[in-house]
Amino acid sequence: MTKSVEIVSAGRKQALPSWLQGWRSGEALLAWLFILPSMIGFITFYAVPAVRGVLISFTDWDLLSEPTFIGLANYEKLINDEQFWKALRTTAYYVLLNIPLQTVLAIGLAVAMHRLTKSALVRGLLVLPWLIPNVVVALLWLWMLDPQLGMINQILGVFGVQRLPFLGSPSQAMPSIAGINIWRHVGYTALLIFAGLQTIPIDISEAAAIDGAGEGRIFFQITLPLLRPVLVFVMVTSIIGSFQIFDTIAITTKGGPVDATRVIYWYVYEYAFSRFDMGYATTLAFALFLILLIVTIIQLRYFQADSSDLA
Amino acid sequence: MTATILPAQAPKRRRISIGAILGWAALILMLIITLLPLWWVIRTSFSTNRELYANPRNPLPVGFTFDNFARVLGQLDTSKAVAAGGSGQALNFWLYLRNSVIVSGIMVVGQLVFSSMAAYAFARLRFPLREQIFFLYIVALMVPGVVTLIPNFILIRSLNWLNTFQGIVAPSILMAPFAIFFLRQFFLGVNRELEEAAKLDGASLFGVFWRIILPLSVPPMATLGILTFIGTWNDYLWPLLIGKDESVRVLTVALGIFRSQTPQGAPDWGGLMAGTLLSIIPSVTLFLVLGRRVVNAIQFTGIK
Repeated sequence: MTKSVEIVSAGRKQALPSWLQGWRSGEALLAWLFILPSMIGFITFYAVPAVRGVLISFTDWDLLSEPTFIGLANYEKLINDEQFWKALRTTAYYVLLNIPLQTVLAIGLAVAMHRLTKSALVRGLLVLPWLIPNVVVALLWLWMLDPQLGMINQILGVFGVQRLPFLGSPSQAMPSIAGINIWRHVGYTALLIFAGLQTIPIDISEAAAIDGAGEGRIFFQITLPLLRPVLVFVMVTSIIGSFQIFDTIAITTKGGPVDATRVIYWYVYEYAFSRFDMGYATTLAFALFLILLIVTIIQLRYFQADSSDLA
Repeated sequence: MTATILPAQAPKRRRISIGAILGWAALILMLIITLLPLWWVIRTSFSTNRELYANPRNPLPVGFTFDNFARVLGQLDTSKAVAAGGSGQALNFWLYLRNSVIVSGIMVVGQLVFSSMAAYAFARLRFPLREQIFFLYIVALMVPGVVTLIPNFILIRSLNWLNTFQGIVAPSILMAPFAIFFLRQFFLGVNRELEEAAKLDGASLFGVFWRIILPLSVPPMATLGILTFIGTWNDYLWPLLIGKDESVRVLTVALGIFRSQTPQGAPDWGGLMAGTLLSIIPSVTLFLVLGRRVVNAIQFTGIK
């Protein structure tokens, strides 16, 4: 994300002089021909829908009859909608269960791989769960976490622990879903961080080791700060993804039990495709977008993402 | 260089060996946690439902059978399946597999063609509004799917494209911001001297794209193709909204429906896991054939 900003500003320098020249040759014509398909896609499926989404949020529309304009009524409803705020809290709870543990585990794994083995097989096996569709991962863990026969309860049984209901219990459902997604994503995240570790020149940590710095100090004072650009990328993308958790919940709990896993995306889905209240559903979608935007800006500010210590 | 490091090595080695043991222990533990559930899927899919209830702790298949696969593939008649302890539903696996292959295949080819064209224009051609348009594409890259989901659904619906392949692929095939960004980055790095030489030899701008840029870009195109394939193959919500009908239903959607039809009290675990296993096979095969490339592709997305 940070890179993109640099690239845009770097590219602008060369483009300005050619602002009008281009039309004279066939170059501009070819260029427009080449971006035409993506332009059609951009206008049809990004730009117009985004504007249309705003317009729909000002209406009451069930898809069957004509939409009726109701002004800001949907936004008023949103602010007073206890269910919405609860869904938001549920989503935040999920993100907190998911991201910190996943990131710490991934950093640990990445460092272990970096220090111990360059084996592509190990990396490949660890990333395998990420290749499996969310739906299939959810089915797999539905079976693993089955209260009666699931493998996890069988293992717990060997140690004399009582059977746990996991996805069937309001208090354990969300931690279970977070666990499922950590299982799917930890190897993938570790791989991204591992790639970042490989870009750090070895001589920096060697120099520190010669100066008598211990492993821990090298890690916290050299490796981690130098990893910052990669970590920011990983954090920003995984938090955005985490806020949009849907597939796993759609397959396992469907928002239950007792609304314990009714996250914001599931709430949007319910309003749009069970209650067919398109106006309020798009309002909810924009609320989620706004939250993601704020969270991302805060992260980029906090981590000072655009500066690298390696430069 | 080596001489300066030598003095530090003797005390360092001992410290590393303890760390190395812990590190390996952690790595191996993670590998077990990663792979054990996959074994459990295999074990379950070869077991009969009745035996599963009787021997929940046996790590090997219990009452070894191929019936679950036969049932999922529709090769076993219903009464037999019910007798085996399942619910007797079939999963029209071959049809859904075909649909998934069609959707993912169209998406990979389409995205590669349209994105490489746009990327070449942004990387090499001069035209009015180039940077402004590219900036818009970057914005599109950052907008989360939830914003356009509902309006796009309504659009596809009003086009009467519900339950069609074009409805499933349309929103992502023409315009794939990540693909364009990714390929542009690579094209910018292609040696300009080769292009200039080709131009001197009379090649047109299209000729440069076709004869120089594309042949040099096979590795990143392959990378992108793999990532697109995996992403499309794994997608659930959009094909669920657009393509519920049997004729276009993809595997993920089919498994979701299969799951919701399974009886609440006594789920057909053998059948579910057989379906699960079968649907993993394409991704795993891709991984076995192109494993190193998949790993590199993922690593590349992080540091591009």
